[in-house]
Amino acid sequence: MPRLIRRRAIAEDASILVRGAATLADVPEGVPVIVPLRLWLAERAALAARGDVGILLSPSDDPMALAGDVATLALIAIDFPSFTDGRGYSSARLLRDRLGYRGELRAVGDIQRDQLYYLAQVGFDAFALSEERDLDAALAGLRDFSDGYQITQARTPWFRRRDAGISP
Amino acid sequence: MYRYDHFDQRLIDERVAQFRDQTRRYLAGDLTDDDFRPLRLQNGLYIQKHAPMLRISIPYGQLSTRQLRALAHVARTYDRGYGHFTTRQNVQLNWPHLEQVPDILAELARVEMHAIQTSGNCIRNITSDHFAGVARDEVVDARPYSELVRQWATLHPEFAYLPRKFKIAVSGATSDRAAILVHDIGLQLVRGERGDVGFRVAVGGGLGRTPIIGHVIREFLPRAEILNYLDAVLRVYNRFGRRDNKYKARIKILVKERTPEVFRQDVEAEWEHVRGGPATVPAEEFERLAAFFTPPAYEQLPGDDAGYRSALQDNRAFANWAQRNLHPHKVPGYMIVTLSLKKTGIPPGDVTSDQMDAIAHLADRYSFGELRVSHEQNLILTDVKQSDLLSLWQQLKGLGLATPNIGLLTNIICCPGGDFCSLANAKSIPIAEAIQRRFDDLDHLHDVGELDLNISGCMNACGHHHVGHIGVLGVDKNGAEWYQVSIGGSQGEDAALGKVIGPSFAADEMPDVVSRLIETYVDIRHDDERFVDTVHRVGIEPFKERVYAPTH
Repeated sequence: MPRLIRRRAIAEDASILVRGAATLADVPEGVPVIVPLRLWLAERAALAARGDVGILLSPSDDPMALAGDVATLALIAIDFPSFTDGRGYSSARLLRDRLGYRGELRAVGDIQRDQLYYLAQVGFDAFALSEERDLDAALAGLRDFSDGYQITQARTPWFRRRDAGISP
Repeated sequence: MYRYDHFDQRLIDERVAQFRDQTRRYLAGDLTDDDFRPLRLQNGLYIQKHAPMLRISIPYGQLSTRQLRALAHVARTYDRGYGHFTTRQNVQLNWPHLEQVPDILAELARVEMHAIQTSGNCIRNITSDHFAGVARDEVVDARPYSELVRQWATLHPEFAYLPRKFKIAVSGATSDRAAILVHDIGLQLVRGERGDVGFRVAVGGGLGRTPIIGHVIREFLPRAEILNYLDAVLRVYNRFGRRDNKYKARIKILVKERTPEVFRQDVEAEWEHVRGGPATVPAEEFERLAAFFTPPAYEQLPGDDAGYRSALQDNRAFANWAQRNLHPHKVPGYMIVTLSLKKTGIPPGDVTSDQMDAIAHLADRYSFGELRVSHEQNLILTDVKQSDLLSLWQQLKGLGLATPNIGLLTNIICCPGGDFCSLANAKSIPIAEAIQRRFDDLDHLHDVGELDLNISGCMNACGHHHVGHIGVLGVDKNGAEWYQVSIGGSQGEDAALGKVIGPSFAADEMPDVVSRLIETYVDIRHDDERFVDTVHRVGIEPFKERVYAPTH
């Protein structure tokens, strides 16, 4: 079974990512699936009834399209076709901060250990790395930095914590 | 100046460890070239023509003598004994070894320096007014605000993979010495009606392939909101900036394509969501940062030092230098001294390790142990007593750092160009030198007066050629190096982009071209008119005619 990093541990995950699914016929039955936002918006009732469907956002998808769904969704994945395309970082902030999404937020695509710390800061809690080897080493990437100056999903700005000396 | 605490230091140390591990994995073959490239660029490391190039950050151009000595040591130990100061107030080493870069960064971390985000598609070094804190025309000292923005930009998790590089400049004076209108974001500190501090925010300025003057999208932003507002601008850019074409990926293209008004509305809408939120900066934080920039222990001095006055009368060479390289100081009896890194025959901005050590000694002795880097690639001692100027000048002369050419034609801004840079279309340093040699007569140079001559070796415009009164751009024509000339550009609060005068020139024609431009100006100028003002008054035609007239 494919493995990923979830909540700072290595986990197995059976869900199938169907990036190209255009109609319901493209979506396999009987296994958890992750479908593109477009298909979700077109077939929401049928897909929601399955109870095992996650949504895939491409870099250009507007996360606000899920405003009515975030309360019931358990998995949203954001695609990084290239790790240098940083749009997904802002999408994650919007899902978490603006829409209050609390389910699993998974980074998929061209994801390596060197991106994990920043991804976790903006709200991702699961990472399907582009290469599964060395997941143990990749876990260390989550600890590249102990803290930071800015407000993120994971912390308030340092200037609000400095006097108390609180780390996140 | 700002000093790191445990928190700042730990982040820098962690960055060194992270980069050391990335370099190790790259050298071991675990990271491909493509995967390592963005990682090393975020740490200022380019692979250049001859060797890697490491760009070290000098936040808003402020440097302590301890840091300058560390740079001298690093350049001597790991490089060829010199460094190159850049138009973004940074310093570059041209010959480090990749496997030693982690060690260089560890040495720099010990003196609170780093190379974080000096390259790559992320928020770059924050630049500011090199006279901040001492200028007479200052409204608000830009340094504490620059430091706040520096901290916000450093290792910002959301904005590390932007469409393209992102440059922010801050100015707090009425004269804009930070060229804020040619930055992705230009922040002008202003005072509101009740004296409260805020920012006038300009976006979408920039040089490069598509030069544009920035658009003001907010006349007054209360200072407490600055980080919320910056997050809003960057989020709009990160989400919607073009990623399909690297030449259209800067924020200026997004602002242009959406129109400044629509872009402003997008930013304001995003800001509404975060306004007043946890990243709103409390007054105590501004006070804490301001406390790092309190004035040094100035002596109470009479306005004019008699010894200095008489030296000006008696010593013509000293007076020449004083006229060009000194600027008035807000404290009576003190002056701001610019050390020219533009001596003919030396690549503009280059300083040897020995010179760095000597400059550090002079800054300790005469200027409270601190100095500045200007975007014109010179070094500045901000707090020198008038009574020390003669002695300082004599020592600077001995070091080759007293060329009296600040503001004059030979104070050329120049990128490293084709001699070093793999992006360049053409060499720039030899062109600068040939022009400097043509104008080596000091009296003539002073007569020509204020003139910014800027040279870039390619479209990327590191030499800011668009805003030079005379701008020179290296272009490639069928593999040969040619130079396109523009006139009428200017930086500062009246920023303007130069106009190209016509077909480009071969390298050996360039001194003649500049001579003809200057002759034209001298012939038609009004009394105290600067070159650039003449160009703006009469247009480029008279200059063009003279330059392209057939020679007999």
